[in-house]
Amino acid sequence: MYKVAVIGDRDSIFGFAALGLDVYFADTAKEALTVFKEITDGRYTVIYITEMLASQLTDDIEKFSLQPSPAIIFIPGVKGNTGQGIEQVKKSVEKAVGSDIIFNN
Amino acid sequence: MASAQINPTRMELTRLKKKLATAVRGHKLLKDKRDELMRRFLDMARLNRALREKVEKAIKAANNNFVLASTSMTPQALSTALLASKQEVYLDVAYNNVMSVDIPVYSVRTRTPDESDIYSYGLAFTSSDLDDAVASLSSVLPDMLKLAEIEKSCQLLSAEIEKTRRRVNALEHVMIPETREKIRYITMKLDENERATQTRLMKVKEMVLKKAHGY
Repeated sequence: MYKVAVIGDRDSIFGFAALGLDVYFADTAKEALTVFKEITDGRYTVIYITEMLASQLTDDIEKFSLQPSPAIIFIPGVKGNTGQGIEQVKKSVEKAVGSDIIFNN
Repeated sequence: MASAQINPTRMELTRLKKKLATAVRGHKLLKDKRDELMRRFLDMARLNRALREKVEKAIKAANNNFVLASTSMTPQALSTALLASKQEVYLDVAYNNVMSVDIPVYSVRTRTPDESDIYSYGLAFTSSDLDDAVASLSSVLPDMLKLAEIEKSCQLLSAEIEKTRRRVNALEHVMIPETREKIRYITMKLDENERATQTRLMKVKEMVLKKAHGY
């Protein structure tokens, strides 16, 4: 039995606390990294992270992309959206197909 | 291409032929695997895109609602209202094996039986905007979890496709041609040896006949 975690700045994610997800507040990349390392210990199988923080932790997130758990999913926050979430989907299509055939239409 | 190290012997030839047969069969199987993975992946990637667009839109809308709610309440009141939640979400993970890739399937359980039991606060000190905000976020949650499942599956599948494609290419363009070349080299060498023996025997026969009969 696993739980679901959310990492992000306070304004973006505190609503998720009401839904019963575990929220971890982080405003800077450094804080986010500490939190991220702490919670990727197998307790959580789905971790949502705001795009703003995710763009600063790319390498650490990349490490988990080949493991079946946890799934690290980017969500838009209140500010600092980079469009990285959709970028991630494009990337996996490109990796598999060789070129992006899903999005360029 | 055929390197000088290979022994042009019959034993080596049999070994290489067996190796070629295995390689060709493996190539065919891997190619089938790649095609099937690709088919599934493309379906999933389309779904992934649609879900992501939907979820992002919904989260942005919910965020707007929260901003609205926070204007009419103090931050402290907001925090107390939301952070002491009585709902908890648990996930059970099963793995579905698709062409040797384990893709996750989540089943959601909540602590309180009523899934809409999300208002962790009394109504007295909070604005109705907050109710709307929480409700809008709550309605995205199933899609968010679905998105997590699909997106993770897509990542895992794409990695496997890349790996399989490399193997197929390595077999198709390196392993199989090389083995064919080696087989050709050995066959030619053996034929050559046989012709050499043939001529030698003919020559010997001629010499023996000449000695015996004098012609």
